[in-house]
Amino acid sequence: MASIINTSLTPEMADIQAQMESRARNHGLDFFPTVFELVDADQLNQVAAYGGFPTRYPHWRFGMEYEQLAKGYVYGLQKIYELVINNDPCFAYLMRSNELTDQKLVMAHVYGHCDFFKNNAYFAHTNRKMIDTMANHGQRIRTYMDRFGVEEVEVFIDWCLSIEDLIDIHAPAIKRRADVPRRFSTDENETHDEGSSRFDSKQYMDRFINPPETMRRESDERQRLRKESQAAVGPMPSEPERDVMLFLMEHAPLQPWQADVLSIIRDEAYYFAPQAQTKIMNEGWASYWHSTIMTTQGLTASDLICYCDHHSGTLASSPTRLNPYKLGIELMRDIEERWDRGQFGKEWDDCDDWETKQRWDRATGLGREKIFEVRRIHNDLTFIDEFLTLDFCRRYKLFKFGWNEDLDAYEIESKAFPQVKAQLLANLTNRGRPQIAVRDANYRNRGELLLENYYEGVELDAKYAADTLTNLFALWKRPVHIETVLEDDRVVLSYDGIDHERTDIGDDALVRS
Amino acid sequence: MGMRIDHDRSRFKEIVRGRIRQNLRKYVTHGEMIGRKGRDLVSIPIPQLDVPHFRYGKNGAGGVGQGEGEEGDVLGGQGEGGAGAAGSEPGGHILEVEVSLDELAAILGDELHLPRIEPKGQANISQEKAKYNSIRRVGPESLRHFKRTYVEAMRRQISTGEYNPSNPNVVPTRDDRRYRSWSTVSEPEANAAIVYMMDVSGSMTDEQKEIVRTEAFWIDTWLKSQYDGVETRYIIHDAVAREVDEHTFYHTRESGGTRISSAYRVAVELMESQFPVENWNLYCFQFSDGDNWGEDNNQSLALLRERILPKVNLFCYGQVDSPYGSGEYLKALEGAFGEERENLVLSEIADKDGIYESIQEFLGSGK
Repeated sequence: MASIINTSLTPEMADIQAQMESRARNHGLDFFPTVFELVDADQLNQVAAYGGFPTRYPHWRFGMEYEQLAKGYVYGLQKIYELVINNDPCFAYLMRSNELTDQKLVMAHVYGHCDFFKNNAYFAHTNRKMIDTMANHGQRIRTYMDRFGVEEVEVFIDWCLSIEDLIDIHAPAIKRRADVPRRFSTDENETHDEGSSRFDSKQYMDRFINPPETMRRESDERQRLRKESQAAVGPMPSEPERDVMLFLMEHAPLQPWQADVLSIIRDEAYYFAPQAQTKIMNEGWASYWHSTIMTTQGLTASDLICYCDHHSGTLASSPTRLNPYKLGIELMRDIEERWDRGQFGKEWDDCDDWETKQRWDRATGLGREKIFEVRRIHNDLTFIDEFLTLDFCRRYKLFKFGWNEDLDAYEIESKAFPQVKAQLLANLTNRGRPQIAVRDANYRNRGELLLENYYEGVELDAKYAADTLTNLFALWKRPVHIETVLEDDRVVLSYDGIDHERTDIGDDALVRS
Repeated sequence: MGMRIDHDRSRFKEIVRGRIRQNLRKYVTHGEMIGRKGRDLVSIPIPQLDVPHFRYGKNGAGGVGQGEGEEGDVLGGQGEGGAGAAGSEPGGHILEVEVSLDELAAILGDELHLPRIEPKGQANISQEKAKYNSIRRVGPESLRHFKRTYVEAMRRQISTGEYNPSNPNVVPTRDDRRYRSWSTVSEPEANAAIVYMMDVSGSMTDEQKEIVRTEAFWIDTWLKSQYDGVETRYIIHDAVAREVDEHTFYHTRESGGTRISSAYRVAVELMESQFPVENWNLYCFQFSDGDNWGEDNNQSLALLRERILPKVNLFCYGQVDSPYGSGEYLKALEGAFGEERENLVLSEIADKDGIYESIQEFLGSGK
């Protein structure tokens, strides 16, 4: 039914698209071929609910997302302008009911995103055929649902989603250990004969091609090796493992289909991770380009008011919510200006005179080049760390706010630059989520799982932690624990399948059992 | 594209309704969607389910914001975790738009499946209204209908051959003039009066008043969308009761005992003097933590049964959970009225999340 809807651009929009594309290219943007799809609001909400992938596996939470987007749209509370998918070719969904001016703006914006996806280092490892891969994931999960029951599979997905953010976001860049090949199969009885030199053969030739003696010798050898390697295993894991999902995939007592589902959720988590890591930069970069292209080339007189209205709406910020678009675009512009005027390097840093600094202009003209470099090598964390300056912080009136328990409200805690920057960096570290790793898979020598939360001054939400442990227990099937800090005490929260427990362990670090 | 969403959506709805996956139901929260009404933010009840994961507690969370303000200034609204709140979704742009109170009421009605209210048998209350719905040849100049007049003049000119399309010069004469005119129609009018009563004795804390305020806001919004004119009155009581304005209603805190009958007496007087039952749809909402002076119960119940319930469309009693209150009154009401309570609705509100359920109980009857 849906396939009969024509999603290609109107001839008028196709012309605009060709123009925008060539303008973007002339500015030096480098992107995958980009396919625009013109869809109505309801379709856009559906696609957005699936995170941009209409062929994703079935799960209730996509229905929930849709429910919210659809209601928000119908009630006039919100609407989505556009959606871009990191893929080769890039897919961009435009809303049919948008005005032509908006479509121009959005197309310019989209090319900014596409360029960022293609060139930013943190996206380098992402799967550029994700649309196909997501469809495969969807198919695999549907097969499992047919075979094991919707309920069974959905419950399992929920458990996995509980630990979805426990991945090692730096793993694509740092090789912490050798790859372990692992194949999943839907057939429980299938055994792997890794390292066997058995050749394929017809049955009547088998004993000539694969002589039984050799096979037996090889098999004995393999068993000896396996025993040796098991004996040599020390503590598990030997280093704390940040990729909790991978650890469970390899060591939890899962059915093959369950391990496969877990691997699907993990793959998707890794695919989406860079988008959370580069939100400020990505939006800043795209906004910088839609603004540059529109104000220098794209606008006609009749577009002006509409463009200004929507551009400023996108960049509006509120006191309790720093707008990533605003911060991103202003920082990009700030960098461009500084490098245009040569405001960098030792000489600039050493200069103490405010007056000189104000008039500092070496006419270096390196701004554009610099921001292209920045978009290639930075993520939000390093971007803010490197380029957020005292001047910038003052000019844009940034402040740090915190929760005041007495007032039961948020209040401005500090306007001092070091505090503001530290807070912003803390919010961006590990995508604003607690850092957690597997420390011991044989805790108390009883095969129990111990996680560790690296406490950095902010405590976990105890209620959520307890519920998460419940789900983790369902995966590990033995008691699970997490070491963390609650109300200034070091504690271990545990769940053994029946009761939740909290043990104070004082100041002593836990001794590995 | 995307027809699969229907399946996921219905699964989600079934979880919310508790038909499947009962264990997930405890994660359902409300009020995540924020609308903006003037300068106030209003949250609209849309159920949400959260898969539990390790996350930071609220108290430690801070963020970075932008704008005017000095250190120590309080920020309005419930903030989100600053830059850390950046989601992992691909670059979708979201725009917040204002909603009017009428729209809010419609949204609320939709979400909670509230039935339209049928005003109780008072179709005979009618009001004469002038409706400008006809045209006459005579009338005062102030009511002259210019368009009709010129159309008439043009018609006359064309039929007499005076009209020249290349130089259209249409001049109406006295006969061409047309005037708007009215006819008097009598329209049934439905008016409602809402009487809020609240216990302000020492055991009601600010948190409970906040619940009452939120609930009253939604009740007002809904009833206003259902009636032409809505009058609101507020009564506070501890051991004695008095009528107050809205501000005082929400901001008074007294100490001392509790006599619910005192509030009922004031309510009865109010209704008898200002809102005769023949002309008004009456609503009473009483909020309390369930404490009452033991001996007062009999008096209260008698008043309620004999003098209030026969008059009102609906009497709603909302009991807010309080660390200090005993919660006895609800049981007393249940005991006294049993199952045969036609226009008496009882509801217990445990916390903020209970508000929507309680509104549903109150207004779900369509009375």
